[in-house]
Amino acid sequence: MTDNVQKMKPIWFFVGLILLVMGAVILATGVYDLVRHVESNKVLSHLHPAVWWGGMMTAFGLLFVLLNRRAEVD
Amino acid sequence: MQAIGLHFVDWFIILFYFAFIIGLGFYLKRFTKSEEDFFLAGRKNSSWVAGLAFLSANLGALELLGMTGNTFKYGMSVAHFYWIGAIPAMLFLGIFMMPFYYSARIKSVPGYLKLRFDEKTRILNGFSFAIMTLLVSGINLYAMALVLHTFLGWNWDVSMLASAVTVAFYVTLSGLMSAIFTEIIQFFLIWFGLFLVSILGIVDVGSFGDIMKRVPEAFSHLWRNTGDPSANGMLVSWGGIVLGLGFVLSFGYWTTDFLVVQRAFSAKNLRSARMTPIIASFFKMAVPFIVIVAGLAALALSNDPRSGFSLMTDGGKLNYDSALPMLIARYFPRGLVGLGITALLAGFMAGQAGNISAFNTVWTYDIYQSIINKKASPKHLLRMGRAATIVAVVLSVGTAYWAKSMPTIMDYMQAIFSWVNAPLFATMLLGMFVKWITPNGAFWGLIAGMGSSFTMYLAVKFQWISVSFLTLSRTASDMASNFWRAWWAWLITFVVTIVISLFTKKKPQAELVGLVKGLTAGAALEPVPLFKRPAFYAVLSLIIFVLLNVIFW
Repeated sequence: MTDNVQKMKPIWFFVGLILLVMGAVILATGVYDLVRHVESNKVLSHLHPAVWWGGMMTAFGLLFVLLNRRAEVD
Repeated sequence: MQAIGLHFVDWFIILFYFAFIIGLGFYLKRFTKSEEDFFLAGRKNSSWVAGLAFLSANLGALELLGMTGNTFKYGMSVAHFYWIGAIPAMLFLGIFMMPFYYSARIKSVPGYLKLRFDEKTRILNGFSFAIMTLLVSGINLYAMALVLHTFLGWNWDVSMLASAVTVAFYVTLSGLMSAIFTEIIQFFLIWFGLFLVSILGIVDVGSFGDIMKRVPEAFSHLWRNTGDPSANGMLVSWGGIVLGLGFVLSFGYWTTDFLVVQRAFSAKNLRSARMTPIIASFFKMAVPFIVIVAGLAALALSNDPRSGFSLMTDGGKLNYDSALPMLIARYFPRGLVGLGITALLAGFMAGQAGNISAFNTVWTYDIYQSIINKKASPKHLLRMGRAATIVAVVLSVGTAYWAKSMPTIMDYMQAIFSWVNAPLFATMLLGMFVKWITPNGAFWGLIAGMGSSFTMYLAVKFQWISVSFLTLSRTASDMASNFWRAWWAWLITFVVTIVISLFTKKKPQAELVGLVKGLTAGAALEPVPLFKRPAFYAVLSLIIFVLLNVIFW
């Protein structure tokens, strides 16, 4: 008898996916602004939060996606 | 009021979020085949999934914006809502109440009332809860539209309808399962989208110690100034905080409100269900590191004219709710602005979806199946749940327009909770722990508590009585009035239920097995090591809770 019950990806995979995409977009924007010396009127802009925060989101998202890429739940 | 401008990248992030959760709704629909899948997410969630959803169902953006604003207005004492106003109740639910809830295999809190008492108590609570969720859901919708309209300049009606349609779409497709999935995504978006505000706020001012030095003394302590109500920002004594917030409102909400308890019902076994609120308690204690720190940083900055920071004003009055968005506008570059706004939007939508999914369950089981169609098949109930979702969203739009006409939202919400949850907590507490409480005692006690709470609200609002009559002090804020009204409503329910139970017919004990302490064998848990036991984590949570209160005393 074959097991044809459909398996679902765990929620952690989707959490990783959305953080990965959003983090990558924020990181890319931050790197672009840093490289192109884009003027910013934001306070603490010299800390380039988009680069390190976006980078952290990307890494976190990637980790979740990789850890759960083959995981399935009932 | 000037709107915060958005860049193309910000728009992309916001629209990506909308597309992602609608896509998720379609994906999850494939796995939603039975009524149990739709209403209880198949009862197969781990304690981590149920625990994060349990917390996130409560963590709406109204709470995030409102509490950051309240911190600016009242200071550190707002942390009481996250610590004494939540943690003891969450641990009590996990350790003492969950075995009765989960083991009864009920589908809703009113379902427990039917088993423990009778049909009329279930229907009374079913109706009051259904009305409450529609009102709160409408408030979420209204608050979201208000933020989009005020801070981004979006059209009020369009932003409200777009959000309502999105929520209706994914909850109709997959019920509680999609509500829980989006709640967990919201949890991560809130931390990634808003915790950075606190970090940059601390860096901007210098250090956390510098922030505390720049705020007034009365705003920088939790308990030190509560001996005299006039000496703290909230104008409430420690008695009001402990009895009203820490006991009645907190226990009433966290242990009986089906919106949050439903998440624990979705757990795969009793141990996971008990761990659900305990895991959530750790994260609940951490939320002040977003809202309280951000609110205090905003206050410290606004006290320093050189910082150039100020809140928005509406007709000459400070708009406290603008504290968080103004900090986002101050620090966040493009891309991160989109993330911050998405975190707020996700909070609103998850809050609304939580209310809608709780409504469709109570409507379908406790009103429709109980009164209208007792012989409905499981397939019919599934269709009814989906139809109830759409109707609930439409009704929420109506209540949102009603909420728009109300003077203050927070006052309105606290009033609703004190009408429904505070009396219900007395009923549940007596029902679970005292076996001789009778169905008539519970029913009339609940009626007395709800009626008296509503009457006290009207009496203070229309100045039939002085608020000091309720708060037992000369100075009192709206918040103090809410705390004390909840306490009196609980006490009235408690006393009336006991008195009537002494004179009315008891239920046979055989019918109460598994529902009441003393008639239920100890929870048959599988032998697990100490570090896997709910009690171990509850004690750990309690220790952190005590430490936080001592540190910020």
